[in-house]
Amino acid sequence: MEIAVLGKGCSRCTSTIERIEREAKALGVDVQITKITDEIEIVKNGVMTTPAVMIDGKVLHSGSIPSIDAVQSWLKK
Amino acid sequence: MLSLFTHLADIVAYEALALDKSSSLGTAVHFFIEDTTKIFFLLVVMIYLIGYGRTYISTEKVRAWLSGKSRFTGYVLAAILGAVTPFCSCSSVPLFIAFLSAGIPLGVTMAFLITSPIINEIAVVLLGEAIGIHFTISYVVIGLSLGILGGALVDYLKLQKWVEPFVWEIQVPVTQEAGISGWQARERSARREVIDIIKRVWLYVLLGVGLGAGLHGYVPREWFVANAGPDNHFAVPLAILAGIPLYANAAGVIPVAQVLLDKGVQIGTIMAFIMSIVAISLPELMILRRVLKPQMLFFFAGFLFVSFNVVGYLFNFFFGG
Repeated sequence: MEIAVLGKGCSRCTSTIERIEREAKALGVDVQITKITDEIEIVKNGVMTTPAVMIDGKVLHSGSIPSIDAVQSWLKK
Repeated sequence: MLSLFTHLADIVAYEALALDKSSSLGTAVHFFIEDTTKIFFLLVVMIYLIGYGRTYISTEKVRAWLSGKSRFTGYVLAAILGAVTPFCSCSSVPLFIAFLSAGIPLGVTMAFLITSPIINEIAVVLLGEAIGIHFTISYVVIGLSLGILGGALVDYLKLQKWVEPFVWEIQVPVTQEAGISGWQARERSARREVIDIIKRVWLYVLLGVGLGAGLHGYVPREWFVANAGPDNHFAVPLAILAGIPLYANAAGVIPVAQVLLDKGVQIGTIMAFIMSIVAISLPELMILRRVLKPQMLFFFAGFLFVSFNVVGYLFNFFFGG
């Protein structure tokens, strides 16, 4: 599963990545996380507030660290 | 009700720690305990309430509300939304581009960006506590007015030429944000916001109150009156200049401001100092350099510098005592 985390290196972006990695490991899902840190690239994806999470080109979350429930629901799909 | 915290500080400082009420150490410790407990209490309550209300607002909605409005409505609405929308300075570039791409005028976008750092729930809570409700209302009204005025000025002077040209070509797709619905989800989001913000600002609060406590206990009133009081005619611009390199948020600044007021610094000087610290920050200007030409950054900083001076002198004149 390919997951993109969008954000300009803020601490909340790092926490988001860590949370996804941790949940993926717990659920045994193989994930590849790409970081999109360039602000122009971020906004071209329609994202205004970071951290944001994008899976298969669709923005699923933006503006905060996603909840554990939300992360799990994405990974189970 | 807030006298509860004074009692608490009385008990801890003068009884439990048995400090002398008239000593510098005693007053400093008392000040520190009273202020930190009171501030954290107020922050938790207010952030929770505002966090709940905020679940009805998002930058996506703001963008939709602002596009297609008349200029004047646009400035006023943008300034108000700038004050209440959750938004961190690290998102200013994406937000700037997304607003312009949605056809929102440059001035309206700037109105949002000017008001946003000046007014936020932390500033309002702490100011209300430190300098009273009347000055807090004035502070909010001034913050909104500066946003409206700055935005209108940007459009009047046709400063579009000072935006990096590539910005106008970017197409930003409109994403449907999932949104929050149901009171349980709103409640959870409000609680998360409390934890998030407290985690982010607690150190600033402690440093601010610690510094305030030190000034309160150890620096004599005469020093402030002589250097930053009514006799120093340049107190306002000096306070603003001193505020520029200080990059802190309202949580750290306002406890210090309260002490300055007690020590005889005039209210206008203090307002100008707070606004300068929260609104003019070099890191923020560097972030915006990506999309704005240097001329625009100078205009932006210059506008704020002049406005804060006007605000400071007017307040000192009318309310300085």
